[in-house]
Amino acid sequence: QEAAKYGKKVMVLDFVTPTPLGNSWGLGGTCVNVGCIPKKLMHQAALLGQALQDSRKFGWQFREEVKHNWMTMTESVQNYVGSLNWGYRVALREKNVTYENAYGEFVGPHTIKATNKRGVEKLYTAERFLIATGERPRYLGIPGDKEYCISSDDLFSLPYCPGKTLVVGASYVALECAGFLAGLGLDVTVMVRSILLRGFDQDIANKIGEYMEEHGINFIRQFVPIKIEKGTPGRLRVIAKSTKGNQIIEGEYNTVLLAIGRRCMTRKIGLDKVGVKINEKTGKIPVNDEEQTNVPYIYAVGDILQDKLELTPLAIQAGRLLVQRLYAGATSKCDYANVPTTVFTPLEYGACGYSEETAVEKFGEKNIEVYHSHFWPLEWTVPSRDNNKCYAKIICNIQDNERVIGFHILGPNAGEVTQGFAAAMKCGLTKEQLDSTIGIHPVCAE
Amino acid sequence: GKNEYDLLIIGGGSGGLACAKEAAKFGRKVAVLDYVEPSPQGTKWGLGGTCVNVGCIPKKLMHQAALLGSAIKDAQHYGWNIAQPVHHTWSVMAQAVQNYVKSLNWGHRVQLQDKKVKYFNMKGSFSDPHTIRGLTKAGKETIVTAENIVIATGGRPKYPMHIAGALEYGITSDDLFWLKESPGKTLTPFVFNVSLECAGFLTGIGLETTVMMRSIPLRGFDQQMASLVTEHMESYGTKFLKRCFPTKVEKTESNRLQVTWKNTDLRTEITDSFDTVMWAVGRAPDTETLNLETVGVKTNSETGKIIVDASEATSVPHIYAVGDITEGRPELTPTAIAAGKLLAQRLFGQSSELMDYDNVPTTVFTPLEYGCVGLSEEAAVQCYGSDNIEVYHAYYKPLEFTVAERDAAQCYMKMVCLRERDQRILGLHFIGPNAGEVIQGFALGIKCGATYPQLMKTIGIHPTCAEEITKLHITKGSGLDATVTGC
Repeated sequence: QEAAKYGKKVMVLDFVTPTPLGNSWGLGGTCVNVGCIPKKLMHQAALLGQALQDSRKFGWQFREEVKHNWMTMTESVQNYVGSLNWGYRVALREKNVTYENAYGEFVGPHTIKATNKRGVEKLYTAERFLIATGERPRYLGIPGDKEYCISSDDLFSLPYCPGKTLVVGASYVALECAGFLAGLGLDVTVMVRSILLRGFDQDIANKIGEYMEEHGINFIRQFVPIKIEKGTPGRLRVIAKSTKGNQIIEGEYNTVLLAIGRRCMTRKIGLDKVGVKINEKTGKIPVNDEEQTNVPYIYAVGDILQDKLELTPLAIQAGRLLVQRLYAGATSKCDYANVPTTVFTPLEYGACGYSEETAVEKFGEKNIEVYHSHFWPLEWTVPSRDNNKCYAKIICNIQDNERVIGFHILGPNAGEVTQGFAAAMKCGLTKEQLDSTIGIHPVCAE
Repeated sequence: GKNEYDLLIIGGGSGGLACAKEAAKFGRKVAVLDYVEPSPQGTKWGLGGTCVNVGCIPKKLMHQAALLGSAIKDAQHYGWNIAQPVHHTWSVMAQAVQNYVKSLNWGHRVQLQDKKVKYFNMKGSFSDPHTIRGLTKAGKETIVTAENIVIATGGRPKYPMHIAGALEYGITSDDLFWLKESPGKTLTPFVFNVSLECAGFLTGIGLETTVMMRSIPLRGFDQQMASLVTEHMESYGTKFLKRCFPTKVEKTESNRLQVTWKNTDLRTEITDSFDTVMWAVGRAPDTETLNLETVGVKTNSETGKIIVDASEATSVPHIYAVGDITEGRPELTPTAIAAGKLLAQRLFGQSSELMDYDNVPTTVFTPLEYGCVGLSEEAAVQCYGSDNIEVYHAYYKPLEFTVAERDAAQCYMKMVCLRERDQRILGLHFIGPNAGEVIQGFALGIKCGATYPQLMKTIGIHPTCAEEITKLHITKGSGLDATVTGC
């Protein structure tokens, strides 16, 4: 969309290879269809379930029995996603961007072959190319995984209630999905191989896990599934082995959701034909600070980039700035430092900057100061919700004027809270400046 | 002889308690006098001041009750099956809120005890610059002397005494939060944030509520934002009687209240009956019984508030003042707390840090919340000239409103920046859910001198409302459509 603003002739190829269970979706990518958007809406549905309980303590009265209807929610969510798909189609059309629903792969220098759903092939040439194919969920590579398991690619449009669910994985996808499924009243178990939320602050990750456990989600730790098969009618049997020994366990579930990571869609798009180097192990594409691959006319943005966070706003910003540099004479590069993020688990987690362990590693324990606090959101007092779970900490670099290098908050509306702090960190926030800022009362952010 | 206490504080509210506790940290002998004169309707409360008892805390809790009413409606769109009818019972809510407030009163008592601060439940007045006469409810007198005295008695709601029946039949925010029974059909004349916030939550819990205003809403706030807030309230169900002012309040045979008012435009006189009339015509500083004239503490002749300098000192040495009682300061809990703490640090902790009253963020907790920090658009224009400022703005739709089929017409944000080279941010205004949570971090940024380019370099968190602030790029000047579209 940005390139079209500068009068460039632009084409977008988008194609969704169906999931093993045959699921597919429209224009917009992961975020819109099977990521951020439907995830946050379902998370909201779960939060509203909690709100219903709270509301009674605030004087609201309605019949005790309240049940959730999966189909009603999913239909509404899919309708909204559909409107976004449509919105993108219209936006591209209005901006004169050519859109082809076809699978693109390089066949030679400056040339791409586009194959549509019916197998019809067309060739296109361009002066420059941008690879932004993103990722798809990994599978376990064990018997029964592709036949019986679903992934986040299937969950958000599942045409039946998932029922008793086993979530395999400890990624934010696993925990967010387990979180909202439990919030909707389902029996949820999470099977974790080792640690939760690898790459995130582990102190906080453990708090998140603890909270989920205390609120009814079962955790099976240090086990991995080794076989998935049909169990009693309507159920799947999962056989899992301990990572610490030979112990084998079995369990039955209506649904098994795999959330063990995502793999790059870079291996089958002909990159070898044009000489674009990828990391053979991960499939990720290394780029310079201008998002350029080793082939000067080929660029890449988004989840496929090596060593960059997999986030929508980052991909958008990188893409826009790239185009502005190419066609509008701009020089701004995407700033990958201090990118804030939020995990929408039942107890939300907002973060920006260093985790405590990476700060210690980089600066040394003696050179950092961690200020922290538990807090009780005012809205949780009347319904007597946990008074010692919400938590915030900032990590300061003592040698640099006590500059705030890490911000972490565990509590409601963590994303809304964190955004402004991320902006402040971009401005070089120090502890002193934080102390001299007046709070807004009564809110959690203060 | 020697003064009994190093520090005596009159007023156990946000400012007073913060000052007391901070001073006690330095090993000083500190005492707090707190006394609540019952409201004309007879309402009184415990230690903690306005915020805890009849302000921020109960207000936000009742606002939350109203928000939960909307959540119940939303939940149905998200698949929750809720049997109708759904209704709200005032007494359940009021009881829960009052219990929580009482626990805070208790908490403050315990904290003072823990920190060895002496607490007197007495009404204080000056005998001389170092002597306070304390009077209990029963009339027992105690004399207390102190080296330093801090006045932090705050304010109380005013009554429009020129309106017949206003005092006998009306209540104020002092009473609303302590009502045991539902206020029913309520009228809130005049429009300070308190009345809008109260009218908002009363509407939200299902009560028929009317706001009467003579001129503009939320005076002192950005007027474009104020209109959006009231527009939303109107679509939410609160009735607005604009360009009207009440002339008398009478009691009817059925024990309801009959209010007569005039419409300034139509020059007509109208009456209607209500169950409750809640006045929100401003607050008066609580200085009357302090005996300030005896010691020479100067007050502003118009407002009655105590005049202080940048170090919170009054016109009399060793007498200070913090909080709502002080002239020219924002009437906010966090500023009172900060001022009280810094004062104690300067008096006893060898600090010289003065309170910075610039860029204090605040939030109006109306049904659709409004958070802001810095200058309003009109103040910026006045200060710098319209040619020297740029206003970036956007209408957006919170993701959670989509499935809930809620109208987001008033969800709006704007950022007022200087045009000159570095484009420093002068003011940020946000209307939407969780406005306070959104604005707090940006207030920090503004304290760091944030500029528009720095904000644009900040990556957004997706999907949130706050991220839209980092994406502001349409200016008012361009005249382009400022509606956010797409993901």
